[in-house]
Order: sequence, then C-alpha cells, then structure tokens
Amino acid sequence: MAKHETPLLDQLESGPWPSFVSDLKQEAEKRAKNEKGVEFQIPVDVVDDLLGVLELSFKHKRTHWKHGGIVGVFGYGGGVIGRYCDQPEMFPGVAHFHTMRINHPSGKFYTAEYLRQLCDLWDFRGSGITNMHGSTGDIIFIGTTTPQLEEIFYELSHNMNQDLGGSGSNLRSPSDCIGTARCEYACYDTNALCYTLTQDYQDELHRPAFPYKFKFKFDGCPNCCVASIARSDLAFVGTWRDEIRIDAEAVNAYVGGEFPPNGGAHAGRDWGPFDIQKEVTDLCPTKCMKYEKGKLYINDRECTRCMHCINVMPRALRIGNDRGCSILAGAKAPILDGAQMGSLIVPFIKVEDPYDEIKDNVIEPIWDWWMEEGKNRERLGELMKRQGFQRMIEVLGVDAVPQMVQEPRSNPYIFWKEDEVEGGWERDIDEFRKHHKR
Amino acid sequence: MEQAEAQEKIVTALTKKLKTKSKFYFNDLAKILELKPRVAKKYITQMVVDQALEYWSSGSTSMYGLPGTGKQAGAEHEE
Repeated sequence: MAKHETPLLDQLESGPWPSFVSDLKQEAEKRAKNEKGVEFQIPVDVVDDLLGVLELSFKHKRTHWKHGGIVGVFGYGGGVIGRYCDQPEMFPGVAHFHTMRINHPSGKFYTAEYLRQLCDLWDFRGSGITNMHGSTGDIIFIGTTTPQLEEIFYELSHNMNQDLGGSGSNLRSPSDCIGTARCEYACYDTNALCYTLTQDYQDELHRPAFPYKFKFKFDGCPNCCVASIARSDLAFVGTWRDEIRIDAEAVNAYVGGEFPPNGGAHAGRDWGPFDIQKEVTDLCPTKCMKYEKGKLYINDRECTRCMHCINVMPRALRIGNDRGCSILAGAKAPILDGAQMGSLIVPFIKVEDPYDEIKDNVIEPIWDWWMEEGKNRERLGELMKRQGFQRMIEVLGVDAVPQMVQEPRSNPYIFWKEDEVEGGWERDIDEFRKHHKR
Repeated sequence: MEQAEAQEKIVTALTKKLKTKSKFYFNDLAKILELKPRVAKKYITQMVVDQALEYWSSGSTSMYGLPGTGKQAGAEHEE
C-alpha cells in the first residue's frame, strides 16, 4: 500500500513509454520489503515521500524544492548539490535530499561488479535512486542526508578508486565518447585525453574560482556522439587533414549490394537497392565527390568532414591517417542570449601525450582571460560574444583563418589592425588621386 | 602577501558587508586581495582549509562566505 495517493503521477504510467513513476514505485516497494536486509542509513520511505512531494507539486503547479547551500565534503567546492523540501513535516523522508555527482569513468566503461558496488553503496547510504547519467555525464546519486556525504565520499575515494564530479563554478566532469577503445572512426584517443585532463585539472574540478561552470567534451570524430560542439565550453572534435582512404573494391561491393549500407542500420524495412548517387554523392554537403564508371572520386580539399559517406559505407571509406582534433569554444545552453554552438578556434592540432600544446596554448590562456575578464555567471561563449571573436584569437595568439568565418560579411568580423597591413593606414593621397578622381 | 594578512583582509572586508551580504563571488574576494585570480585562489583555498571561509553552492554557481553566516546557515546544519 503506497504511503501517499498519487493519482496525477499514476496517469504518467498510462502511456506506452517506460515511466520513471513506475521505477520509483518499484524502488519504494523494494526498500519497504528490504529482502537483502540492508541497514538503511536514511529513511526507508524516502522514495514514497519523493513520490508524495512530486504529486503535490503537480497539484499546486509549483515546486516544493529549495536548492543550494553549504553542504559538501571537506575541501571540495563541488560535487554535492544541497536540496531541501519546503514541506518537511508532510514529507520527512525527503526533508534533506542532496544530490551527489560522481565522476564517471572515461568512455563510461564499467564492470558489472563496479556497478553493483555503486548501487550497494547508494542503497545503504542514499535513496537508491540514480540517474545514469546526468547531462554532463556524471553518475548522479539522487537524495541523501548531510551526515551521509562524508561517509559516501570516503567509501568512494578509499575503496572504489572513485572521485566526486564537478558542480558550481568549477570545471565540470570532462566527458568523452568511447573513442579508439571501440570505434574505428575515432581520430584520437578521447579516453586518454579526457582522463589526463581530469587528473591534471583536479584543482579546477574541485575548488571553484571560475566565473561560472566550464565544460570540456571530447568527440573522437565529427559524428560528435557526445555533442561536444553544442554542449561544451571547449569541444575537442577529432578530424584528419589528409585524404579519406578509399577501398575501391569495397565501394563496388556496396553498389552491388554485397554489404548492407550504414552498417546494417535502418534495416527494419525494404528501402530498395542501394543507390550510391542518391544516398551518398548527392548528399555530400560540399559536392566534393562523384561516382563515375564504377569509380568513386573525392576532392578532399573541399571535404568538410561531415562523415556522411563514411557512415554509409564504413567498409569502403575510412578516416585519413594524419589525425588530430579541431577545438571549438563557447557552446552553451540558452540561459542568456539563446543557445550557442561552439566557434572554431583551432582548425587542427595533433593530440599527443602529454598534451602540453593543448594545455599551454589553448586551455590555460582561455581560462586566464575568462577568469580575469568574465563577469560573474558569464559563460565563455558570452564573453566571446561581448568582447568579440577577434579578442579571443588575440588571447590565443593565433592568426585568423578562413575556417573561423562562417561566411563573408557575417559574424565573426575580424578586422585588420594597422600593424598587420603593409604601409599602415597612411597613404600618399597624391598617388591615390592619380588613379581615382575626387 | 602572507596568508594571515590575506585572511585578515578578507575577514575584515566580509564582516563589514555582513549586514547586507553574506555570500560573495570568487572575483569579489580576488578584488579585496587586489590579486589576479590564479594567485588569489591559493590564498582563498587555504582559507577554506583553515575554515576561515566556507563554500556555498547553488548547484550551478559557487560562492564563498564566513562560516555560519547567512539566512540558510542555521537551517542547513543538521540537528
């Protein structure tokens, strides 16, 4: 028998989709039965009260949560988000219901044993409710009380080789795709770069001194499975600068129907025979490829690495051999000024251990600039917009290149400076008038 | 600057403003110390370790305050 009546939430279960309400009810029941004999350290009916407060919020059409506070683990300024219910008498189980962010492993590789350890710890000291994973990529532990925080942190850090993630005005937990570990499209080892920067920037991750949040995301190729280009202040997107490798025989095997296109995806219905012109060359955004007399040609100079042809014919086309990444800066979600995608700041850089070029010439100059000039709660993308893209590349000490400009006479404007122009702004007016009448 | 001197500057400045404000952005503290952010961070982090300052976080933004000050402080300490 449920502790609280939840007719409005029950309705959410009636659709054809999996419902979080059903999950919560299942967890509430599991805690009530406690078949494993867990010595729960927070109220056993925490999940019932969570359902209750949510039902009340639906009824009142306003929230009953307060957020923010001083709670955390000693020495860390992030990783814990204080949450309190403003109806503690009615819902004592969730009066204190803090969120913990746990730094996910690079590429989100887990063993079943490790996942079990995480769940056992959270059943014991928390609500048992997790979010795998939050938007930043963290493992999210939803709901515990203040006295449990240090205990959980000790267990995680001493016995599970695990750290808290980022929150607040910190570097947030860096996040990456599966990378070269499992994916043939990956142009650099995303796991290694993500892990190294996570370790090297521990101070930035745990002790807040930035104007606002800062996110790194690492995509091994322009398919951008982690959506770094849209979701991170600094996006590292794998690319190559030589030619797409073509296996002409395999191209014809696709044309002849020997290999299923798209790696066998979209196989739920009969799409008819594979048409390389319709499905590949005509869809090339820069029209840099053609298929003639049984041969595929690619003008690589015009290729923008959209990945479409490689995705459709992965056995025939492969990423180039001279690999590295492009770095884009300033993406963010729409709080101020609307959402922004990342702007290209480094068209190509080699990604090589120990990554000093990336750290010394890109990351740290950007942080120094943003920490000094950024207003409180101003994201990097907003500072770039306020002071201009030109200022951004001055900070980096790089020259403007055509790839940084979306199109002529469109933002970002990059102006010549006097010292960059031969002869400066002074000119011989008499010489000019010889050719141009007043 | 010595750590003790930095701490005194911060505590004096924050105490003075306590009637109107109990939480401060990192940049406010760096300005009080008249130091660049990266240098200021070393002093401020040490003040947190010494419990002269405490972190406050909304979840998205972090701030600093003198321990035990502010409206929420009383409510948040568990019994």
